[in-house]
Amino acid sequence: MLKVTNMNTYYGNIYAVKDVSFDVSKGDIISLIGANGAGKSTILKTISGLLHSKTGSITFLDQDISKVAPHQVVKSGLAHVPEGRRVFLSMSVQENLEMGSYTQPKKLMAARIEDVYDKFPRLKERYKQVAGTLSGGEQQMLAMGRAMMSHPALLMLDEPSMGLAPLLVEQIFNIIKELNDAGTTILLVEQNARMALSIANKGYVLETGKIITSGPGKELLENEIVKKAYLGG
Amino acid sequence: MLFLSQLINALQLGSIYALVALGYSMVYSIIKLLNFAHGDIIMVGGYIALFTLTSGLHPVFAIVFAIIGCIALSMLIERLAYRPLRQAPRISILITAIGISLLLQNLAQYFFSASGRSFPSHLILPPGAVSLGALSISYITIVTITVSVISMVGLTFLVQKTKLGRAMRAVSEDMEAASLMGVNNNHVISFTFAVGAALAGIGAILFATRYPLVTPTMGVLLGLKAFIAAVLGGIGSIPGAVLGGFAVAFAEVLVTAIGLSSWADGVVFFILILVLLFKPTGFMGKNLMEKV
Repeated sequence: MLKVTNMNTYYGNIYAVKDVSFDVSKGDIISLIGANGAGKSTILKTISGLLHSKTGSITFLDQDISKVAPHQVVKSGLAHVPEGRRVFLSMSVQENLEMGSYTQPKKLMAARIEDVYDKFPRLKERYKQVAGTLSGGEQQMLAMGRAMMSHPALLMLDEPSMGLAPLLVEQIFNIIKELNDAGTTILLVEQNARMALSIANKGYVLETGKIITSGPGKELLENEIVKKAYLGG
Repeated sequence: MLFLSQLINALQLGSIYALVALGYSMVYSIIKLLNFAHGDIIMVGGYIALFTLTSGLHPVFAIVFAIIGCIALSMLIERLAYRPLRQAPRISILITAIGISLLLQNLAQYFFSASGRSFPSHLILPPGAVSLGALSISYITIVTITVSVISMVGLTFLVQKTKLGRAMRAVSEDMEAASLMGVNNNHVISFTFAVGAALAGIGAILFATRYPLVTPTMGVLLGLKAFIAAVLGGIGSIPGAVLGGFAVAFAEVLVTAIGLSSWADGVVFFILILVLLFKPTGFMGKNLMEKV
């Protein structure tokens, strides 16, 4: 479904992603793990068109998207929940969701908003509330709901667990699994390696912009290097 | 009665300031640029209206051409001068805006001469007034206030209730996140300039009809005062720009009414200094926190 070949991306003057290649098949949950600054977010930003790779190609559903602008990428069925959620803080919950269906036919909007509310009843309770007044967990739900509004074939999530209490992290990961069961392919970037690998079909470990090892999620959980570096021994 | 007629005077002037201030405020909120060329767009609108009227075409064309001309010029400036600098430090684009402002003034002087031309305002609106007892309100005052109110209501509807308006708010808050939603930021920014310029075009007609002299520098003081109005109201806020426009006009008319007309402009700038000293975010400005 998604094939990244020889990605080399600079973030300003920093050589952030070095010759990264991987692919994602339909129905997968793929996790990219690594420390802060390993280049995980840069990879997602390059896929969604916010940044551009100097070399190689990115194909999504048989189309080369490596030179496509972000607002076009989302139309092709790829949604990106950015790091730090980035919901529109001055807009209401409902308006945020409406923004999520910006590229979609208007007649589908109301039904999809209901779908999101079914998945996140908390958002329904607060539909009129301004997003800036939501808690971190609620903002994460809103960011995910907003991305679901475009009915993506592939959903990219950047650090969905960041700053959340363990119980909420659990809840968010359950929803990720549910979305995947319902047919959405997931590309997940996480510092919470244990959580991310436990639900992943396949994981990739990044260090200073390079993939250092990869394998099925369960195997990586047992991998000595990974254990030592990311799972606290 | 004198008080009432001064009040109406201030409402009229305030309406024009508000229309122009909205242009500053909208552009600022979307790309954080103080578009100092905005006042000079009004001047160009004034000349377009003037030449259309003197060519003998129906006055409706003068209004339409002035608005279209302002929109086209403003979008062109955004495309050629501001867009290439969007990633540059903010001071570069600010200086560019000042450069564009001077360029427009000097081009106007070069082509149309530095001396003003009188604007045949009677073609836009016949002189006359409605009498309410001892109070008389001129047609242009009524039209100015009405047109401004309609424009502001329309703008509020556009920004708050339409898909495009929502996209404008999204871009002004977080350009990257907006593009991830599928918003073409360039289109939205162009559109914002166009809306601001349309208001400037309307303002140009109203201003030239009220003060019927078109000069290459007519936009300077008008632009500056509207800019002060936008800052006073809280730059980036639509109701703030309207409120600021009326506040500046009331101050100016008040000072004139008590016989200190030569101080009228000075008082407006004094207000700016006070705002910047004591409440730099203005009446309705958001708390401007630097993003980390």
